[in-house]
Amino acid sequence: MQLWIRQITAVLRLEMKKTFLSKRGWWIYCLAAGPVLITLLHWMFEARVRGANNHRLGDDSIVFAALFQFFYLRATIFFGCMGIFSNLFRGEMLEKTLHYYYLTPMRRELLVAGKYLAGLSVALVLFVGSTAAAFLTLGRHFGPAWTDYLYHGPGLSQLGSYVLVAALGCIGYGAVFLMCGLFFRNPMIPAAVVFVWENLNPFLPSLLKKISVIYYLRSLCPVEVPVPPPFSVMVIDADPTPAWIAVFGLLALSLLLLTYTALSARQTEINYGE
Amino acid sequence: MSATAITFANVSRFYGEVLGINKVNLSIPPGITSLVGPNGSGKTTLMNLMTGLIHPTQGEITVLGISPSHPEQLGRVVGYCAQFDSCPKGLTGYQFIYWFLRMHGFGHQECDQKANAALERVSMTAAAGRPVGAYSKGMRQRVKLAQAIAHDPQVLVLDEPLNGLDPMARAETIALFREWGQNGRHVIVSSHILHEVDSISDQVILLSQGYVVAEGEIQGVRSEVKEQPMQILVRCNDPGGLAARLFQQDHMVEAKISRDRKGLLLRTTDADSFYLLLNRVILESGLEVESIAPADDDVNSVYQYLIGGEGGTL
Repeated sequence: MQLWIRQITAVLRLEMKKTFLSKRGWWIYCLAAGPVLITLLHWMFEARVRGANNHRLGDDSIVFAALFQFFYLRATIFFGCMGIFSNLFRGEMLEKTLHYYYLTPMRRELLVAGKYLAGLSVALVLFVGSTAAAFLTLGRHFGPAWTDYLYHGPGLSQLGSYVLVAALGCIGYGAVFLMCGLFFRNPMIPAAVVFVWENLNPFLPSLLKKISVIYYLRSLCPVEVPVPPPFSVMVIDADPTPAWIAVFGLLALSLLLLTYTALSARQTEINYGE
Repeated sequence: MSATAITFANVSRFYGEVLGINKVNLSIPPGITSLVGPNGSGKTTLMNLMTGLIHPTQGEITVLGISPSHPEQLGRVVGYCAQFDSCPKGLTGYQFIYWFLRMHGFGHQECDQKANAALERVSMTAAAGRPVGAYSKGMRQRVKLAQAIAHDPQVLVLDEPLNGLDPMARAETIALFREWGQNGRHVIVSSHILHEVDSISDQVILLSQGYVVAEGEIQGVRSEVKEQPMQILVRCNDPGGLAARLFQQDHMVEAKISRDRKGLLLRTTDADSFYLLLNRVILESGLEVESIAPADDDVNSVYQYLIGGEGGTL
């Protein structure tokens, strides 16, 4: 195995060992578990209390689309990635342990790559896993109709789309917050700016809409969520983005941010503020 | 650029408008080199610069011919035990050393063997399986030292390495420095415990307010401080008679007889003439001399002289 692969693997494994399922990440696990809990409650409530016939399967599909767009993308994945990725460097700075990494004979670009992959692994397991679990749980109270929807209807295709969007969300927001964690003493400030920008997206002019992660992620979502009044009058429609542009656009944007972060890491210094 | 020395060529480092070090020119040969100076004198800045953790505002640094801006090369030859009393959370002492060795690219067996050897070297084998977070300050200091030496670096940089160590561990650690220094490696030590630094250093670098005020072997540095008379302690059976004979010479500045009436502390501006005269006095008067030793060629005294104090260890 080549040296650079061994070094990235070592960073990845060390980070996984240190951070995955660590106590300080409890709120991220809660964020990931929250939607699953909601859909579990929905399943239990609908199946045992109300019965399965008071609403249609299509209603649940729209409910999940809304849950995914407004809770997963805007809260769970956004804040979860903020917690995971901005801490990869900033957390080490706060704990005064980053110098151990900087003293190893590895290129800083590889260190950035190793840490990003570690964060991405954790984020994918948590958020893609949570998305899939929540989707599969949501319609269980429909019994065979749900199984039929999954295997013979659009179910699996929708699940694939949601999983892809969740993964792309982790990749995109991960790159944004890794950069914030390296460059900002307090990553909360840029995170707040990004949060406001992302949530203003539906109300932005068409051109500005396209300068955001959420725009591309939304365009990949398989089910449209109707916007209720009075917000519907404020929403500005933009031309839908083809799926391949959305996917490659996001990957390219993430790669650009990561490259910039990695190159900048060579110039960063250890400053623990003493 | 030297492949065997650590060199600083006109190096300055500013933190905003605050001076870290200014116009430092150094060539540090192998052996044990001590950085001496009060807080804020620039010791840690110098160490952080030579290990690449910070970059110079101006000037050029090389460590065995390698620029600190190339961590992929520098990390193989440098081990740094920094002053920060922190280790990555959630790891045992063994894992802490093992995983950072893995980042060097070593395989599992090599990392395992090197980690165990380093832990044994600092007498931490028994505690290797315990979480670092549960270690005492002294144990953390030792495991940090083990982590710094685990990859067998040619240059070992140690910022206040004796902090928090008990006397036994301190003696073991000093023995380790000596061994590494005698093997032709660079051991750069900063410490406030001057008498310990004094006893182990091959050379010293004295810093004050970001400037190098002196460097070299301590006796050589002392002899260059011409304006301060040398202090020499002579223990003999007749210090009063000796003082009377010696004071006939112009270069004698001061003489003090110790409380036990067996010692005479002399200050002279010409140490060579003094020693010649002392030999003659001993031969002529039959004086019984127990010992003759310089009293102010230690790091502390030299440092005090250079920054304006009085020096002396008596």
